[in-house]
Amino acid sequence: MNHPTELKYSKSHEWVKFLEDGTALIGLTDYAQDALGDLVFVNLPETGDEVTAGEAFADVESVKAVSDVFSPVSGTVAEINEELLDAPERMNEDPYGAWLIRVENITDKEELLDAEAYIQFYESEADA
Amino acid sequence: MELKTPLYEKHVEHKGKIVPFAGYLLPVQYESGVIAEHMAVRTACGLFDVSHMGEITCIGKDAVKNLNHLLTNDYTTMYDGQARYSPMCNENGGVVDDLIVYKVRDDHYFIVVNAANKDKDFAWMREHAFGDAVFTDISSEVAQIALQGPKAEAILERLVSREDIPEKYYSCKFHRKIADMDCIISRTGYTGEDGFEFYLAAAQAPKLWELLLETGKEEGLIPCGLGARDTLRLEAAMPLYGHEMDDEITPLEAGLGVFVKMGKEEFIGKSALEEKGAPEKKRVGLKVTGRGIIREHSAIYDGDKKIGMTTSGTHCPYLKAPAAMALLETQYTAVGTSVEVDVRGRRVAAEVVKLPFYQRTK
Repeated sequence: MNHPTELKYSKSHEWVKFLEDGTALIGLTDYAQDALGDLVFVNLPETGDEVTAGEAFADVESVKAVSDVFSPVSGTVAEINEELLDAPERMNEDPYGAWLIRVENITDKEELLDAEAYIQFYESEADA
Repeated sequence: MELKTPLYEKHVEHKGKIVPFAGYLLPVQYESGVIAEHMAVRTACGLFDVSHMGEITCIGKDAVKNLNHLLTNDYTTMYDGQARYSPMCNENGGVVDDLIVYKVRDDHYFIVVNAANKDKDFAWMREHAFGDAVFTDISSEVAQIALQGPKAEAILERLVSREDIPEKYYSCKFHRKIADMDCIISRTGYTGEDGFEFYLAAAQAPKLWELLLETGKEEGLIPCGLGARDTLRLEAAMPLYGHEMDDEITPLEAGLGVFVKMGKEEFIGKSALEEKGAPEKKRVGLKVTGRGIIREHSAIYDGDKKIGMTTSGTHCPYLKAPAAMALLETQYTAVGTSVEVDVRGRRVAAEVVKLPFYQRTK
């Protein structure tokens, strides 16, 4: 399983990529997409919506189940990845290319893990 | 604690994602995933472990009288080796379970019931048995494997002679050898495709599983889990106990009237069904016209008025679209009726469509 070291990770299995312009891309981790299985639907917020660290901003559906996606940061939705609306399977195929939203005006963030700590976290969670 | 089917080790070996289901540990999917497994069954072939299903025999010279009392369908005219589906009703006309009965011979029938209902069914049958008829639960001795898909017959043909293959849908051949394994070969299934179900001694199941997988490899046969089993049956609009019917829902409401022989002199639940008359709600198919996936237990509205609940719903991999089944007030069940479904607080537009969603071309 692949977890790039340049990204930050939340305990609810989202990744964050902080960009140089102060905005951040948010997506689902490889671990999350594998656990969810084939994704067939995504419900995204709209540009301009506020997101809050630790709160759900989107939901994704596999054939079997619905899961909320939590925002690791607080801010405003600058952009959504519209490609995913018609091709949710991109989140399975390329979890780190298939970002869900880009957030600007970031005011807060959750406690985030680096790749190594994230791997340790989900491995210990799986054993529990 | 969950039980393991005789194929549990095979599921682990083939990297199945194991989950508890109806008291058993079973694979929800294998490495290829639900969509690939679903498509394999529609276009080639899939192999399922359905050993969790319950098997009960009914033996004695009053066997057929007992079946006709217990079940809504009519078992009077059957040939040896024929299979017939039926709901089993309670006194109120609700459904205890739905099941398949195979006729072995005049005084011997073989009944296949849902895993989660097995103990309840067996107790119900014994409680209502009369005359010379003995019900025996043989579930723990029997494994069941389903080979489903358009290539199923071609695969089976490599393992047995023509005469061992039941020709008609809903018929079976008893005591046929696949390699050295004694099997019931039944032309039945729960996927909407042609296919076979094999019943055999639990200890031999792993060997048959491997033999079928190996034999069918070239035809594209892959093992399939419970996830694909559910999406396949839903796409084919096959009802599932606990969803489209239960102790409260009658078979007439569930759209299973063709299996309820009101012309029979008597069966458990008949008088209640007569009293209720035409059903006030009925099972329908729903196509999503808005955006989203409608799941089970979602409320359905006409404006502010609640008019029903969904019973099953998912994304259908072959149709590449979401679909749901629902129980709706009868006045809203005409094909083309527009409704709204509450999907986690959001209204999603849907339309009543004809069932099944998918039908194979023969």
